[in-house]
Amino acid sequence: MDLLEKLTILSDAAKYDAACTSSGVRRGYQPGMIGNTSSSLMGCCHSFSADGRCITLLKVLMTNCCVYDCKYCVNRRSNDTRRAAFSPRELAELTIGFYRRNYIEGLFLSSGVLRNPDYTTEQMIRSLEILRHDYCFNGYIHAKAIPGTSPELVTRLGLLADRLSVNVELPSEAGLQTLAPDKSKAAILRPMGQIRDEVVQSKAELVKYKHAPSFAPAGQSTQLIVGATGDSDRHILHLTESLYQKYRLKRVFYSAYVPVVENSLLPALDTKPPLLREHRLYQADWLLRFYGFRAEELLTAEQPDFNPLIDPKCNWAIGHLEQFPVEIMSADYETLLRVPGIGPIGAKRIISARRVSHLRFEDLSRLGVVLKRAQFFITCGGRMRSGLRYSASTLVRQLESIQRGELPPDGTAVQLSLFDSAG
Amino acid sequence: MIYQYDGSYEGFLCCVYESYINKEFPIAFCGDEECFSLYPVRCVITISDHARRVQRGLEKMSIPGAQILRRVFLTCMEDKEQRMYAFARKLFSQGGTFLKNQSDEVYHPLAAAIRHMNGEVEKLKGFVRFSDYGGVLGAEIEPKNRVLPLLRGYFCNRCANEAFFIYDRTHRDLLLYANGRSRIMRVDQLQLDLPGEEEVHYRELWKRFYETIAIKERLNPRCQDIRMPKRYRGTMTEFLPTDHERHRNAIPPAAGAAFPGSAAPGGIPAPAKPR
Ligand code: SF4
Repeated sequence: MDLLEKLTILSDAAKYDAACTSSGVRRGYQPGMIGNTSSSLMGCCHSFSADGRCITLLKVLMTNCCVYDCKYCVNRRSNDTRRAAFSPRELAELTIGFYRRNYIEGLFLSSGVLRNPDYTTEQMIRSLEILRHDYCFNGYIHAKAIPGTSPELVTRLGLLADRLSVNVELPSEAGLQTLAPDKSKAAILRPMGQIRDEVVQSKAELVKYKHAPSFAPAGQSTQLIVGATGDSDRHILHLTESLYQKYRLKRVFYSAYVPVVENSLLPALDTKPPLLREHRLYQADWLLRFYGFRAEELLTAEQPDFNPLIDPKCNWAIGHLEQFPVEIMSADYETLLRVPGIGPIGAKRIISARRVSHLRFEDLSRLGVVLKRAQFFITCGGRMRSGLRYSASTLVRQLESIQRGELPPDGTAVQLSLFDSAG
Repeated sequence: MIYQYDGSYEGFLCCVYESYINKEFPIAFCGDEECFSLYPVRCVITISDHARRVQRGLEKMSIPGAQILRRVFLTCMEDKEQRMYAFARKLFSQGGTFLKNQSDEVYHPLAAAIRHMNGEVEKLKGFVRFSDYGGVLGAEIEPKNRVLPLLRGYFCNRCANEAFFIYDRTHRDLLLYANGRSRIMRVDQLQLDLPGEEEVHYRELWKRFYETIAIKERLNPRCQDIRMPKRYRGTMTEFLPTDHERHRNAIPPAAGAAFPGSAAPGGIPAPAKPR
């Protein structure tokens, strides 16, 4: 099979993984090596595919052969599909060829389980060793740790990669049991715990010895599939929060389930992927990471799912009108950050600008505040915006109609770019 | 009074100098070739010493202010010189306190222009596409702002072990790098070699990867257009035929920037005409 065909099969099989960032580690040029890693917070997007997602890494599987039979997955054993595998060297060469041309920021290597987890991981390690040592590749590598791999191999993988991930995929144990009978929660969490501990240890050693090898310096991430099981947004968000806290994950990715298989346990093949729901979860995730919100504030037992028509922050604010309006000229940073339409950048600019000038409503838009949303929740110099009419009972509808204009006509959502949309 | 100058940043500083010496307010600025006007024109000669004095004066009032002025000179802001001039005057009369307020009337347009340029720089860090022309990497871009000086450090670091060039078609600037040294020079026209076999093969691989990685159940051209505006696509491998140099070299240079023959991959409109 020629390389073009292999690449087609193995990128097609990898595309459902949402994780595609090259962020979290900054490594400049080193003599004799090829490349660096980007310093920007979001990592560097090299292109955007027709589905609007960022392409930053060469995202492929080592092989799409798999001995497991996860029901939701195109690569499962029982699926009749074409199979292929890269040779370790072939993949390393391809990565370098793409990297030099600035097509990509690095490699995202995952794999189906060939023979067993250890054998598969050894293949991946071989390829990364060629890339790092023979080709002196200094760019970004994200590798998947396959549940069930022995700890020594996970360690070796982590010393070659910038980021590791173990995908939780199904948000609950019940989902795992029915849809991924070969996997268990414990088997997923074990490598996560190991990675967390080794990252911490490696950071400590780097402080002591400058040239200590670094273990997954960009930390670890995971992915949750949304919509394959009946789990509520609240359940998913609480799981997210505990993953951030307990396993110190850098990112949790959400992937709207795309039905690829006919199975009575799964949504029908003609079900549309729940993109808007995925979008709301990303917004809520942002609120957890950058806005100081806790999961229990955003969703409750009475309201376990987000209102798809309103972003999670507005949704929260409507439920807490007693905390508003907030005075722009005096509120502190944390309070400003909780106002719909104000993000971290806007809040900082307000605080800086109000020291030297008395701010008016017109000025706020120039500072990056989304006034359409913020107007209901703020006063400027003690006054609400003139001409503004609303009451507690009409507010939900007003916000819904404002946001309707922001949703794409087909109901799909623009992915978040940092700090601007969650505000 | 209209000020005519040589289009360099130093030249602009000299305009500021002249306006203070002559106690006058320039109502417009123009470059050396483009001045046709009924108003009286003052021809400002660039004198390094004058420029340096203005620069030092600006820095004395506010170092960040002086940096903003220099940076905004690279942007494509409308009425750039007038706005820069107003900004410089405000710095000289009040110092840099007003910089704390991004909604300030004089500062805001400059801040917005710089943000626009920074956005373009960030995008181009990813969107630049090199081709291997016999061991030397080469790329072309079509930015609105004069971004090469800002991309220089980034690519010299990323591609430190290579020899490469990036050509800015809009401003006709060429960035060259080899053996740890780089420079930017003006080049009116750039003729590209035809790609070798290996280069064509990599282009095919990349185009295939690009098409395959999209999930068709999630197609979202609107989102794609927002994040990767069409104007960038005229120089990106995934939107060009694998032998685009052949098409380009065949067309006279004036029309050379557009690729009338470019076949776009499935469902994606051909790149828009630049500018
Ligand atoms: S182990 Fe991974 S590749 Fe194999 S069937 Fe399960 S999800 Fe798919």
